Amino acid sequence: MKTVDQKAWLLVLPVVVCVAFSAVLPLMTVMNYSVQDIISPQRRVFVGTEWFVAVMRDSELHDALVRQILFSLAVLAIQVPLGIALALSMPASGWRASAVLVLVAISLLIPWNVVGTIWQIFGRTDIGLLGASLAALGFDYNYTGDPLDAWLTVLVMDVWHWTPLVALLCYAGLRAIPDAYYQAARIDGASPFAVFRYIQLPKLRGVLMIAVLLRFMDSFMIYTEPFVLTGGGPGNATTFLSQYLTQKAVGQFDLGPAAAFSLIYFLIILLLCFVLYNWMLRVGQGDAAAQQAGHG
Amino acid sequence: MADTRVIADPLPLAVARRSATTRTRFRKRTLFLVAYLVFAILPVYWMVNMSFKTNEEILGVFSLWPREFTFANYLTIFGDASWYSGYINSLIYVIMNMAMSLLVALPAAYAFSRYSFIGDKHVFFWLLTNRMTPPAIFLLPFFQLYTTLGLMDTHIAVALAHLVFNVPLAVWILEGFMSGVPREIDETAYIDGYSFPRFFLTIFVPLIKAGIGVAAFFCFMFSWVELLMARTLTSVNAKPIVAVMTRTVSAAGMDWGVLAAAGVLTIVPGAIVIWFVRHYIAKGFAMGRV
Repeated sequence: MKTVDQKAWLLVLPVVVCVAFSAVLPLMTVMNYSVQDIISPQRRVFVGTEWFVAVMRDSELHDALVRQILFSLAVLAIQVPLGIALALSMPASGWRASAVLVLVAISLLIPWNVVGTIWQIFGRTDIGLLGASLAALGFDYNYTGDPLDAWLTVLVMDVWHWTPLVALLCYAGLRAIPDAYYQAARIDGASPFAVFRYIQLPKLRGVLMIAVLLRFMDSFMIYTEPFVLTGGGPGNATTFLSQYLTQKAVGQFDLGPAAAFSLIYFLIILLLCFVLYNWMLRVGQGDAAAQQAGHG
Repeated sequence: MADTRVIADPLPLAVARRSATTRTRFRKRTLFLVAYLVFAILPVYWMVNMSFKTNEEILGVFSLWPREFTFANYLTIFGDASWYSGYINSLIYVIMNMAMSLLVALPAAYAFSRYSFIGDKHVFFWLLTNRMTPPAIFLLPFFQLYTTLGLMDTHIAVALAHLVFNVPLAVWILEGFMSGVPREIDETAYIDGYSFPRFFLTIFVPLIKAGIGVAAFFCFMFSWVELLMARTLTSVNAKPIVAVMTRTVSAAGMDWGVLAAAGVLTIVPGAIVIWFVRHYIAKGFAMGRV
């Protein structure tokens, strides 16, 4: 059991101060905007919940939200299994492990606009390898003109960009499993699937939780990569929530509606993450309890 | 755990019977890994390839490797202060952010892993919520806040702004590592008369070295790759390379070769950082005592 000690707050204080400065203060400004009509810095009118009502009825926002949810679900559905599979197939030690680790991780450390640029070039039919190859194979591929191509390109780009995060975390989780578990499984004649389901997966719970939540949050906030790659087009086909928000806040300078939108956006992520977080905690505990029972 | 020693003896027969199937499985895995690596490397290779070509060749001939190999694109970058200072600016705020994140996250993570106090779970989740706030939301308030404080266009402004998403992550990762260290170690140290700071710095920190390495890696990564906030909070003196790339290139028309070279150079610091932390990742971590 953890010791109850209120003095522990002193250790948490620096973090709270830091984050309060760089998150709570700005968030309060946003709240302030969201209930005012800012005509000029000097002239502001209190409008109550008007912006919230307007944002909730905005059909473009609804479309962006639907696209966003579809995108995030697709990202999780592809990247989590692929990341786990990748982690399972990576060598465990030696120079090969080092080399593979570096190669796999590299896409994570490329600035996001460079990621967009890489794929923008890669997919072009005139100077890009992917675009030119697809064109040579007879596909009518055009990510700037065809909504489906644009969607697929953004999705493939994200898979390329972020699957390594899931893979690295799972890889680290796998390496932490003591050999004795595998030896015991071998004695029992466990199938590879059983080893995965009853030894590896439960042990990956902690890292998988981080991976899934991070992937969900970040994919829900994606902005830079599609902005560089497709600019949200063709039409609005790849305009996700952050981009729509930035268009409103910076492009059209509609501070009030943009702020109301921000708050609603934040609350959506918060709600979804809260559900996901608690669900994963519950699932994990269920598994742990089952294991306990199994041992008893 | 105790009985595993008894059954740990290898069973030669069973192993021999299995080795054939194991080998095909092994081959499948290697095939999958190689396929993924090709997928991972090709786009990057294409950019590297372009960075050594002239613009005429990029637009004129389609070639898998540079025919007229040239360093001109790199020389453009290294010869122009407005280009290379972008890399220096980025590195400065990334390192500042990394140091600040770890400094405040270490004690907090210790508190979360060792003590229970009023509101601990709520504060922990509240911290995570900051990781969930889309940066786009913060653009305008940050602009106003840092203008008021006179911090616009400084490295510290970007470093502070990036704390929003790095501190929660650092606390989360470090808490996981710290929970894996048995509490008896703390208790023994206190009985031996260690003060908290001395115990923390001389005993505890070395024990979670790997965790600090992993947390530092993630802080570096998320700060290095971020564009939106870094671009909004800087104009000249602290302008990061990611912003230099977007502006210079579009203003001068599409200079594909230089753009590719600049992109390649943004990968280098990241590659070096991975090289340093690869051992910590390869050694493994499970995050807490699952």
